Amino acid sequence: MACDGPSIVSSEVVLERIGATLADRLAVSTGPREADLTLRLARSDDLPEVARVLCEDLGMGLATLVATDERAGPGGGFQVRYVFEPTRPEGRALPDLFVTVEVCAGAEAPSVPSLAPLLPCADWHEREMRDLLGIVPVGHPDPRPLVLHDGWPPGLHPLRKDFDPRTVVPRLTAPEFPHLRVEGEGVFEIPVGPIHAGIIEPGHFRFSSVGETVLHLDARLFYTHRGLEKRAEGLHPDDALCVAERLCGACSVAHGLAFVEALEQVAGVGVPPRARWLRSVVLELERLYNHVGDIGNLCAGAAYHWGTSAGARLKERVQRENERLTGNRFLRGYVIAGGVHHDLADEASEIDALVQSVGTGLAELLAGLERNPSFVDRLDGTGVLTTAAARDLGVTGVAARASGVDRDARRDHPHAAWHLAGAPPVHLTLKSAGDAHSRLKVRADEAADSVGLLRGLLANLPPGPLRVAMPDELPPWRVGLSSVESPRGASIHWLRADAHGRIDRYHVRSASYANWPAVPLAALSAIVPDFPLVNKSFELCYACTDR
Amino acid sequence: MLRVLLQGLRDGIVTSRYPAEPAQVPARFRGAPQPEAGRPWAALPLPSVCPSEAISGGPNDTDRTIDLGKCLFCGRCAEPFPAHPAGSALRLGRDFELSVTRREQLLVRMGADSGGLVSAIDPPAMTSEALGEQVTRRIGATLGRSLALRHLDAGSCNACDWELVALLAPHYDARRLGIDFVASPRHADGVIVTGPVTRNLELAVRRTFEAVPEPRIVIAVGACACSGGIAGQSYASAGGVDRVLPVDVWVPGCPPRPEAILFGILLALGRVGGKGGG
Repeated sequence: MACDGPSIVSSEVVLERIGATLADRLAVSTGPREADLTLRLARSDDLPEVARVLCEDLGMGLATLVATDERAGPGGGFQVRYVFEPTRPEGRALPDLFVTVEVCAGAEAPSVPSLAPLLPCADWHEREMRDLLGIVPVGHPDPRPLVLHDGWPPGLHPLRKDFDPRTVVPRLTAPEFPHLRVEGEGVFEIPVGPIHAGIIEPGHFRFSSVGETVLHLDARLFYTHRGLEKRAEGLHPDDALCVAERLCGACSVAHGLAFVEALEQVAGVGVPPRARWLRSVVLELERLYNHVGDIGNLCAGAAYHWGTSAGARLKERVQRENERLTGNRFLRGYVIAGGVHHDLADEASEIDALVQSVGTGLAELLAGLERNPSFVDRLDGTGVLTTAAARDLGVTGVAARASGVDRDARRDHPHAAWHLAGAPPVHLTLKSAGDAHSRLKVRADEAADSVGLLRGLLANLPPGPLRVAMPDELPPWRVGLSSVESPRGASIHWLRADAHGRIDRYHVRSASYANWPAVPLAALSAIVPDFPLVNKSFELCYACTDR
Repeated sequence: MLRVLLQGLRDGIVTSRYPAEPAQVPARFRGAPQPEAGRPWAALPLPSVCPSEAISGGPNDTDRTIDLGKCLFCGRCAEPFPAHPAGSALRLGRDFELSVTRREQLLVRMGADSGGLVSAIDPPAMTSEALGEQVTRRIGATLGRSLALRHLDAGSCNACDWELVALLAPHYDARRLGIDFVASPRHADGVIVTGPVTRNLELAVRRTFEAVPEPRIVIAVGACACSGGIAGQSYASAGGVDRVLPVDVWVPGCPPRPEAILFGILLALGRVGGKGGG
């Protein structure tokens, strides 16, 4: 890993900087993974300054935030963990490092200082924590609930350990949700959703516009909140894997894989190379079928139906192959704890031929799209997300790379086979314009790269077993943390075992969760009728955002 | 334009002829778990093997039930398990046409015979398919043989939704059968619902249904819609569409493949026969 040059963050640098500021108000340990660092702050008042040093001085970003109710657990009271990762300088390999900053929020009327004024990407995390655990982020600029919608009784927090998930919660009469209002002559509001005109997931979009110009867009999500993190608590890991795979259909492999990688850390189990290799195969199949389908869907946003059909045809061919290979069109059930379900060696040449042909079809589709000026004109300059905004919001995946942010979890936090010698190298495409056209190009390049990766992986499958035995019970209170590059970007999973070796707490920050706040920003450079196009150029999931 | 035309001619017709011709499922396809008659009772896996509580009955019971409405089709119950390494007495079927017009038709019952061997219990004789027939007759009389449906995502993981999208794409092209998904509930003959009905969507689900003119049908697609699926019933999930709306057709699967959904829609129209005649 290239570490030459100045200001590459490392555990040593972090310790030196934070240690100098906090002295005896800091307790340091390693973990969750061997190379990671955990900083326990004696006083939560120090949190904003620590976050500022990590993010502003050391170029790190907030990857996820995990709050837990440990009033009857090991930490006592409510605990909040802020997980940071290196994000800069871009353009070179950064260390695979997570720095967890832990604070206690207290037991009665728990609170922590809000990081949202400093780190915009902390906004949703903190509101979610306030809803689900009742931990107040003091100084947060937005008092509105996020996950729990109208009529939820105040003071009831479903992720607290004393909340029974089967509680029948009454629905109170509630005033209309206070959307951010734009006022002035000629300004009007357009409410859209949660039920949309097409076959689309539910969300509510409140446009404030003058004519067709969008002045402000308030997006309200979490309609599909199914309580899956609560659902996973107390489950055997094999059952919790079924939950993880169903956080989202389009990212089934990525979520399943992120869950088992965190689980294997908790269990202290090393997965054999052949299984890791095959995990990369299904991860890329998932990326490929999503990307070709998403390119088609983008055409639907521009009413170019030939492109929609061509993309759908390519997607269907890969999904049929998925079903042949794994018995499920969304590849569910293939990644299992400790390895993979079965070998794919006999199908290697079949997969190779298919992805090659899909790659050719994709190239033809793209040529057809780029040749069509009326299509390209819809995309150019539409839905611009600036590099600065993408960085501030911690945007990930295709959306980040199309705005010039050089991140990919396959390189930054290698998983599956991506850290093994002999694995084909992942090629990242970066664009700087940040518009819908850039996102199309990045997605297309990435799909083509997936074709190459799949062929490279299948040509060099290492020998060896397909799985290792998992312990029946997990070591109590151990934590696992993983980041997997899904078709939408990095999905970060945090997992901890309870005293009985079952799941104590499972938190998922999906790629879409990180990216959604960017969509209303990007919509500001578009007119109302272009919003579907902007939305489809990001192509985010609601299900794994809302959980 | 010419290039697009030539490409289309070269690629030819990809559209399935299902249901006029049967659809093939691949060898690894995971269908509904079924009991293998004559296997020792101990070879039946315990309910605890199932992640979605689809299997019921205890270790000393002499009957056991698999609820296909709850089943995730993960196949774990058909795998060898420690107590019976010789293999499970359940195997996965090849049939994907599993839609029904009565919820209890999704229950697969099995019992131990006098020799302690597994035997399938035939479903209770249907005195009449009254309800299902009523529905299809009513729909048939009112709507003829075509159906306009409004899709309702009631909190799905989006897998079922993507399969509905696939139904309109070239390989399945449900419109060739007179089936379409429409933008407004006012234009619809019914709703096709995915997801368990989350608390945050319950109001929108009810309002959308109310906006559909009568007579109207409800098709529940996927394990979540049929029973709550992996989400179950909780503070956030109603635990299935029938807790909120009157369901006419249940389409099990996680997710059901596109042809399985098509079968369910055709069952609603009375154009194919379901289990026990429908």
